[in-house]
Amino acid sequence: MQDALTTERAALKETGGITDGSVAVGVKPSTPRSPADVRPERVRSFDPEVFGAPTGREEEWRFTPLPRLRALLDGTDSDAHLTVTSELPEGVELVEVPLTDLDLPAPVDRLAALALQRARTSLVVRVPKALEADAPVVLTLHGTGTDEVVWGSVVLDVAEQARATVVIEHTGSAHYAACVSVLVGDGAALQLVQVQDWADDAVHGAHVASRLGRDASLVSTQVTLGGDLVRVNETAEFTGPGASVELRGVSFADRGQHLEHRLLIDHSVPHCRSNVVYKSALHGDEAHTVWVGDVLIRAGATGTDTYELNRNLLLTPEARADSVPNLEIETGEIAGAGHASATGRFDDQQLFYLQSRGIPADVARQMVVRGFFADVVEQIGVPALEERLMATIEAELERAFA
Amino acid sequence: MTVLEIRGLTVAVEDTEILTGVDLTIRSGETHAIMGPNGSGKSTLAYAIAGHPKYTVTGGTVTLDGEDVLAMSVDERARAGLFLAMQYPVEVPGVSVSNFLRSAATAVRGEAPKLRLWVKEQKEAMGRLEMDPAFAERNVNEGFSGGEKKRHEILQLELLQPRIAVLDETDSGLDVDALRVVSEGVNRVRATGETGVLLITHYTRILNYITPDFVHVFVKGRIVEQGGPELADELEKNGYAKYGPEAKAPLHARSLPAGPVFGGAVTPA
Repeated sequence: MQDALTTERAALKETGGITDGSVAVGVKPSTPRSPADVRPERVRSFDPEVFGAPTGREEEWRFTPLPRLRALLDGTDSDAHLTVTSELPEGVELVEVPLTDLDLPAPVDRLAALALQRARTSLVVRVPKALEADAPVVLTLHGTGTDEVVWGSVVLDVAEQARATVVIEHTGSAHYAACVSVLVGDGAALQLVQVQDWADDAVHGAHVASRLGRDASLVSTQVTLGGDLVRVNETAEFTGPGASVELRGVSFADRGQHLEHRLLIDHSVPHCRSNVVYKSALHGDEAHTVWVGDVLIRAGATGTDTYELNRNLLLTPEARADSVPNLEIETGEIAGAGHASATGRFDDQQLFYLQSRGIPADVARQMVVRGFFADVVEQIGVPALEERLMATIEAELERAFA
Repeated sequence: MTVLEIRGLTVAVEDTEILTGVDLTIRSGETHAIMGPNGSGKSTLAYAIAGHPKYTVTGGTVTLDGEDVLAMSVDERARAGLFLAMQYPVEVPGVSVSNFLRSAATAVRGEAPKLRLWVKEQKEAMGRLEMDPAFAERNVNEGFSGGEKKRHEILQLELLQPRIAVLDETDSGLDVDALRVVSEGVNRVRATGETGVLLITHYTRILNYITPDFVHVFVKGRIVEQGGPELADELEKNGYAKYGPEAKAPLHARSLPAGPVFGGAVTPA
């Protein structure tokens, strides 16, 4: 990983891609920076009314096509559910618990607060203390229609010293608003993969809220492929020193899709580490990805080491990738902090090189895109899933260039 | 016997004529050196033969055993037997050398080489070029040194066994050891007698290792003089001065007079 990052940084430096904001290489800049990027105090609350109804002018919502998300912001009550199927390794339990019984990180926006209020109960995956799960926990959440909003909550509770891999897959049709609360205890390690492979009409808004204990480790990968609109707000906070969080993501947006990932890593205790790698490929009219990466290093978070990288690959000129890295540092005593963002077109030189070796254009394109996503997908750590995701990405690519 | 025939080739980049009428015939087993000052259009000739989209052919013909090369896509040209060793090989992040080589061999040979045999073939070819086996797991050209990039190009040359190979400034940026290794690789391919080689170079240095059958002097987008290996010796002594002031200084595309767009044959062979 470190090698890839070093190369990436060198490459970005060469192209002038490292700046204080978003940079477009060979394309018109997609995301002008404005004072609005420097965010006011972040509000977190379980009460939806604290946030008010978004108008689209807020920094939080300015990229989101609100009409398409409206049902998830209105808060109409519903009993609709997703169909849940699960695979549980020995020792791991899946239970349904009233939300009032749980102590969870507070929501960051109205949608998430509504989800926790309306869902009433939560699915809870419990990995007991010191258990080393011998197989991935797999939850498949399947939607069967968009008539009613599904309000959902999932809690992943990995107790101290435990180790587990959890895969959550979203499929089918739904209007789904959810909170996924990720509690990683002292010295515990969680590898989390969430796959958004929805049908074309799905709308999915979520808050993934992680809380890490001392020396805990979380690798969270978001794979977002399907759905009309997917907007995931992922936050990470630390309760003790020595913890490490990796937030990774790949998305492939095609015609008309809006795929948005917003991250907030809140460093408030010393000697924690965070690393972010998000990559998206876009194809077709109105294909839109948004990546906003906020990292906050508070005064007490000395010795913090953080790096963020976002890369976007425009396969056609009509697609749009917005990219806003944002780093706020309140102490000078850190180990390292940086970010890089670049948006580029499909590299004709790479295509030419591969084709000049006899490789047909479609195969060459596939190799380049596969290579672009490889460093994220190949680190998921669940080989069968890695293969399937690459195959899905390749199918998207084939459709895109058909 | 394979013949690459270039007749009256004119090529433009963004409306500026770079090649002003190139005539050249290369047969398998022959080695031709094209020498010329910077900016004379040598690399343009290489890229035009390979079909790079940035270069627009405005006139003339290129045929390979009578087949119209200019009508072929880039990958079709490679499958027809053309190969370009690039001066600046391109990085392809996330694509390993072994995956790349096998994909290329599969495309050029028309079927995937049997895995076990392929592993052996690749390993032996790498050994001959004094390349570490770990090299195969690295990403194509990513973080390669100048020497590694050129070895990798010649590795492909040996594995793909093209009918005509164009080597574009393969000697540039190589230290003596790397130059020797790379030249030996080219000489192995020449020794088969199956491949015609077009060696493009600014300096005579590589010609101490690879003796050409023909030397062509390239100035202002065309061949202005032809001869045997002795011509290279003369260039080594006297440089390009005798070909005029434009040949001495790097030639800027913009200073070119507007030439005929569809130039006829210029230099008789």
